[in-house]
Amino acid sequence: MPATDDVQKAQRFREAALPHLDDVYTLARYLLRDASDAEDAVQECYLRALKHFDSYRGPAMKPWLFAILRNVCNAEYARRAHRPTPIEDTPGAAEQTPLWQETEANPETEVLRSRDAGAIRKLIDTLAEPFKETFVLREINNLSYREIAEAVGVPVGTVMSRLARARAMLRAAWMAGEEQAR
Amino acid sequence: MTCDEARILLHALLDNELDAGHAREVEAHVAGCPNCTAELAAQREMQRVLADTNLRYTAPASLRSRIEASLPQAQRQQPSRRAVLRGFAMGSAVSALAASGVVAVVLRQDDQQRILSEVVSAHLRSLQAGHLTDVVSTDQHTVKPWFNGKLDVAPPVIDLTAQGFTLVGGRLDYIDARAIGAVVYKRRQHVINLFVSQTASTEHRPPKTQSMQGFNCRRWGDRGLNFWAVSDLGADELAEFVDKFDAAMKANVEG
Repeated sequence: MPATDDVQKAQRFREAALPHLDDVYTLARYLLRDASDAEDAVQECYLRALKHFDSYRGPAMKPWLFAILRNVCNAEYARRAHRPTPIEDTPGAAEQTPLWQETEANPETEVLRSRDAGAIRKLIDTLAEPFKETFVLREINNLSYREIAEAVGVPVGTVMSRLARARAMLRAAWMAGEEQAR
Repeated sequence: MTCDEARILLHALLDNELDAGHAREVEAHVAGCPNCTAELAAQREMQRVLADTNLRYTAPASLRSRIEASLPQAQRQQPSRRAVLRGFAMGSAVSALAASGVVAVVLRQDDQQRILSEVVSAHLRSLQAGHLTDVVSTDQHTVKPWFNGKLDVAPPVIDLTAQGFTLVGGRLDYIDARAIGAVVYKRRQHVINLFVSQTASTEHRPPKTQSMQGFNCRRWGDRGLNFWAVSDLGADELAEFVDKFDAAMKANVEG
């Protein structure tokens, strides 16, 4: 029989962490792009979170869980030798994406057509790390810049510039899709 | 402010992350720069479309239950808990109850045991000289109004003299730190205290006899009231009293 402390701790953990399950799962889906990998990662994340729950000091539970999930996902990236896309600050092709799109010279005529969720998810999936992660944390998980900085372990200024680049890339991909659709 | 700076800061503006001073600076730059005006409008438009789309995923129920199952829980199939339940002689029906129910049952048993002991103590106190009744009357129409304003319930007072149980009066008592009504009956020289209290539950709970310190206590619940009949009468005669009281009460309600 588990000690009473463990049971009480588990109860507190349940109340604090389980309400964020959909959020954690959402981030895992975007990071890993695979439903069953995401499930495994989320379960591992909750196991680790429970283990370290004593050291959790708050105030926000979500960024703390996301930080743990990122570590789990990075381990998963390392395991996937065939698709190494670690979340790191490596200036790559993504950095070269201009923040400016020439197609926006005539913005009044450019109205984004609404797309179904599936199409937008695919667009988000084309974003390179670490921009996709920052974008999802802000736009879908609704974290503040400070919380993103906490979860990802970078300064707020970095969050801001990654987010600007992520949105510029997403809009470029979106507009390219619109061009093709015409 | 340069356009390069503004292109980054306008996102912070969109996300309401800028303090008033910086927000004014960005807005001032955007107002004087057609390119940045266009960019801000385009990004605002995209943010609006994104906000209108459900891009979240929902965790599968199987994942939720897998995580739930991996957390330590006290109440699930603990052998020691079963041993405790056997101590209450409740048998396998109770140990088959769902995890959370088991703890509740154990607690309620403790609670009932404590209240039973308080009921018997109250009965004992009432037998001391001068403590049996606050209002002495064999007339139910004298005893019943006497309780008015003294309790949050109106205890049913029913004359059972014709059935062999004489109404002798009523009394205020305290059970579980609450004022409670006691209606006093006698059969021959045996005193019966009928304690009545309010309960949140309106369901009918069938009578059950327990004994403690040589007294029998028959308890039941009906119409939002809890009843305890306590006496040194034998269990069969006490059961007879309860049956007759219950029948008379039903007749009263229906009549």
